[in-house]
Amino acid sequence: MQTFYTDVLVIGAGLAGERAAIEAGQAGFSTICLSLVPARRSHSSAAQGGMQAALGNSAMGEGDCPDVHFEDTVKGSDWGCDQEVARLFADAAPIEMRRLAHWGVPWNRVVPGRSKYFKGGKEFEKVEKDENRGLITARAFGGTAKWRTCYVSDGTGHSVLFTVDNRCAQLGVEVHDKTEAIALIHDGDTCYGAVVRCLKTGELRVYLAKATMIATGGFGRIYPNTTNAVVCDGGGHVAALNTGVVPMGNMEAVQFHPTGIVPTDILVTEGCRGDGGTLLDVNEERFMHIYEPEKAELASRDVVSRWMTHHIREGKGVKSPYGDHLWLDIRHLGEKHITGKLREVYEICTGFLGINPIYQLIPVRPTQHYSMGGVRTNKDGAAYGLKGLFSAGEAACWDMHGFNRLGGNSLAETVVAGGIVGRKIVEYVRGAEVSFNSVVIDDAVARERSRINGLISGTHGRENVYKVRAAMQDSLNRGANIFRNDADLTACVQELQEVLHRARRVGLASDGLGANPELSAALKIEGQVKMALMVAYGALQRTESRGSHNREDYTARNDRDWLKRTLAYWRSEGDELPTLEYEPATTVFEIPPGYRGYGKMDIIPMDGQEAGAADQSGAKTGQADQDDTDPAEAKGDE
Amino acid sequence: MARLLKFNIFRYNPQNPESVPHMDEFVLEETDSMTLFIALNRIREEKDSSLQFDFCCRAGICGSCGMVINGRPGLACHTKTKDLPSEITLLPLPVFQLVGDLSVDTGSWFREMYNKVESWIHTNKEFDPAAEEERMENEVAEAIYELDRCVECGCCVSACGTARLRDDFLGAVSLNRVARFVIDPRDERTDKEYYEIIGNDEGIFGCMGLLACEDVCPKHLPLQEQLAFLRRKMGITAIKNLFSRKSCK
Ligand SMILES: Cc1cc2nc3c(=O)[nH]c(=O)nc-3n(C[C@H](O)[C@H](O)[C@H](O)COP(=O)(O)OP(=O)(O)OC[C@H]3O[C@@H](n4cnc5c(N)ncnc54)[C@H](O)[C@@H]3O)c2cc1C
Ligand code: SF4
Ligand code: SF4
Ligand code: FES
Repeated sequence: MQTFYTDVLVIGAGLAGERAAIEAGQAGFSTICLSLVPARRSHSSAAQGGMQAALGNSAMGEGDCPDVHFEDTVKGSDWGCDQEVARLFADAAPIEMRRLAHWGVPWNRVVPGRSKYFKGGKEFEKVEKDENRGLITARAFGGTAKWRTCYVSDGTGHSVLFTVDNRCAQLGVEVHDKTEAIALIHDGDTCYGAVVRCLKTGELRVYLAKATMIATGGFGRIYPNTTNAVVCDGGGHVAALNTGVVPMGNMEAVQFHPTGIVPTDILVTEGCRGDGGTLLDVNEERFMHIYEPEKAELASRDVVSRWMTHHIREGKGVKSPYGDHLWLDIRHLGEKHITGKLREVYEICTGFLGINPIYQLIPVRPTQHYSMGGVRTNKDGAAYGLKGLFSAGEAACWDMHGFNRLGGNSLAETVVAGGIVGRKIVEYVRGAEVSFNSVVIDDAVARERSRINGLISGTHGRENVYKVRAAMQDSLNRGANIFRNDADLTACVQELQEVLHRARRVGLASDGLGANPELSAALKIEGQVKMALMVAYGALQRTESRGSHNREDYTARNDRDWLKRTLAYWRSEGDELPTLEYEPATTVFEIPPGYRGYGKMDIIPMDGQEAGAADQSGAKTGQADQDDTDPAEAKGDE
Repeated sequence: MARLLKFNIFRYNPQNPESVPHMDEFVLEETDSMTLFIALNRIREEKDSSLQFDFCCRAGICGSCGMVINGRPGLACHTKTKDLPSEITLLPLPVFQLVGDLSVDTGSWFREMYNKVESWIHTNKEFDPAAEEERMENEVAEAIYELDRCVECGCCVSACGTARLRDDFLGAVSLNRVARFVIDPRDERTDKEYYEIIGNDEGIFGCMGLLACEDVCPKHLPLQEQLAFLRRKMGITAIKNLFSRKSCK
């Protein structure tokens, strides 16, 4: 068996992982990144919209500064974030954008003079200043207070990831792609690296490191419909939770998007509705006005998603081999508009559906989009529970997003957190004297070997992994979706516990030789079901509504009892439920909880805080948001 | 009545001593809006769970799913069965090392390429976190992005006669990468330095200019234009080199 020694092991070669690896590489430490796919294919490449940073160079960004960005972020999080972390983030973001420019990102730049832009379907004019010519520009994104989203045409994530990976190549940071970390090596106190399966040969390898980082991205694939890439399956989280000592933060905080196309769940922008697109049911009739007489299709994204789901459950969905869906109708907007301003939508429909939206209806349904929860870390990115273990990016709950992340903030988080946590890793490795205990290593490898042999020979049963996975996804989809309640969540938890038993009896149908894909799926299915239980059980216990966590039976945001973060542990392998603990959402309050300036006003204030005061504080500036985004302003696939 | 699709798929698992390269046949009923992403996943989940192939974004963005589809390299996730005849033959991309079935190792090929062409900005400037960013005309940024759009799917390399004959040929993707840095004002490399990388038969002078590469590029990169641009530029550099060597003597 091959064993690799390195100072720093980064599991994940997306933007967060590679950005941190650069810090380690620059400091002269040997660094290896692992990735399921070649680094540049990581999901970060799919983010087209952009990254938020308060540079304030563009006309519509004038007067912007990290304070405003910070405020938007805290309000967006529905006060669920750690304010110290949100502050670190907002302050560092502009510097990080400039650094990326220095490394080669071709950011779009300010072009002086007059130009037109659309808002709420209407045309407006803006004038860019001469003195800002050639500085990094920004676009509007989901109604932020200022235009703050830096972008590279329609390929921000792609271009930034290419640049960052170029920098890694330059520094000699190694990327071992087509590898999958399946377990962490640890003694309950310190993490020493990972057991890794090579996805070219199927062989097991050991990676030993002074510091290990989990930067494996989101876990949308535990849901049946998600905008996430197929590799966003939570494998890194599974490795962490299986240690029994590393908690997952706020797993119940999951973000959804109203319009993913069916079958492949690729996003189409909310701008379609903003521009006058309508939603139709199986009878090709509009329905949103029944539920929301005033705003109809222009209601906020959560509200639209909710009624879409409700309408489908009422039997008004369109049946398809891929499940029920509704129609998005933009035909009346005309060819010029569709191939002009909505070109992206036109291309997705013709390219992936074979549908021409000028004449045909687009099949859509609400879909999972972003995981706010993940490996809980402190503000340095050090994971709770194990020394030498770090995490950043979508995989982590660093916690600048709380219960709702803003469009453009997650891609920015990857590079900002990657930089900050990377420097903390360097500090840690400088001080670390690590000796590897061969018993611990051998045990970890033996466990994984015996798991693999058990799956191949069907020691515990022959449950089909794909069927078990579908059962888990279906259950989460019904119980822990956009709108949640006691009855559905209770049923969901029970179902998932049954699915967990089935997951423990999975056995392969194929031979499991080489880079066998069925074995990859089987190795993580039990862990995925445990994650699903963390989502559902955490949601069941949280008897309030906050950000994207909407309880139909507890509609108020409850700052008195729930201004806290869920920590979910899977203490012992054979447990049937996660163990939940709680900690304060934030220890630093720059902005006390209050009204977000949009969305609902239903708030139970903290002890000692007056209801009125809570409603007033800082309701002036921020409005950036998922809950009440004006669909007309939504831009890109955030 | 939906069509029945017949898939002929290349099979070989180098890790199984009993496996020999062969074609397997699978039949699926076509569904609405079916892409090869949907079809291949159904085959894996319903018919043969050992089938290897690569997908990631399934949205035509990441370049994972290059394969030879009825004789032509392309992105499988971006291929609708509706646009294909009812018999569909799928082969792995040539040139790249086979992992198994339709899966190939593009990662190693591309990392080697980054090192060969030094695929990064060469500059002596230090980054100053306190300073304003260096200015750039938006047009220049857009021109760079135009070449940066490559998703490294490898289709152009697989379609290239030269690359299939000699494995040290850089291929259109690498030459396009060099062009991307040539037009970037932040990169301080001189023509002479670029010449050292691509002014040879492994580089621009090995290209036969038949343009199969541009034909198959799913991102429609202007490869022909870039190859011509580099050929001209390197031709001039070659003459200059010759001249300066002579005058030295
Ligand atoms: C369609 C879409 C559009 C988006 N657009 C935007 C946007 O415009 N703006 C914005 O701010 N955010 C956007 N987001 C969110 C944003 O793209 C992600 O949050 C972010 O890119 C995550 O980056 P990351 O580095 O954390 O992880 P990723 O880029 O997902 O990288 C994860 C890495 O981990 C590796 N990996 C995973 N598991 C393992 C394992 N077990 N072993 C080894 N390696 C492993 C993967 O191979 C990969 O290299 C979008 C998201 C989606 C789905
Ligand atoms: S033009 Fe050159 S690079 Fe392109 S396919 Fe032909 S030989 Fe290959
Ligand atoms: S140039 Fe085109 S075909 Fe070649 S790797 Fe890039 S995207 Fe693929
Ligand atoms: S899977 Fe990403 S391009 Fe096909």
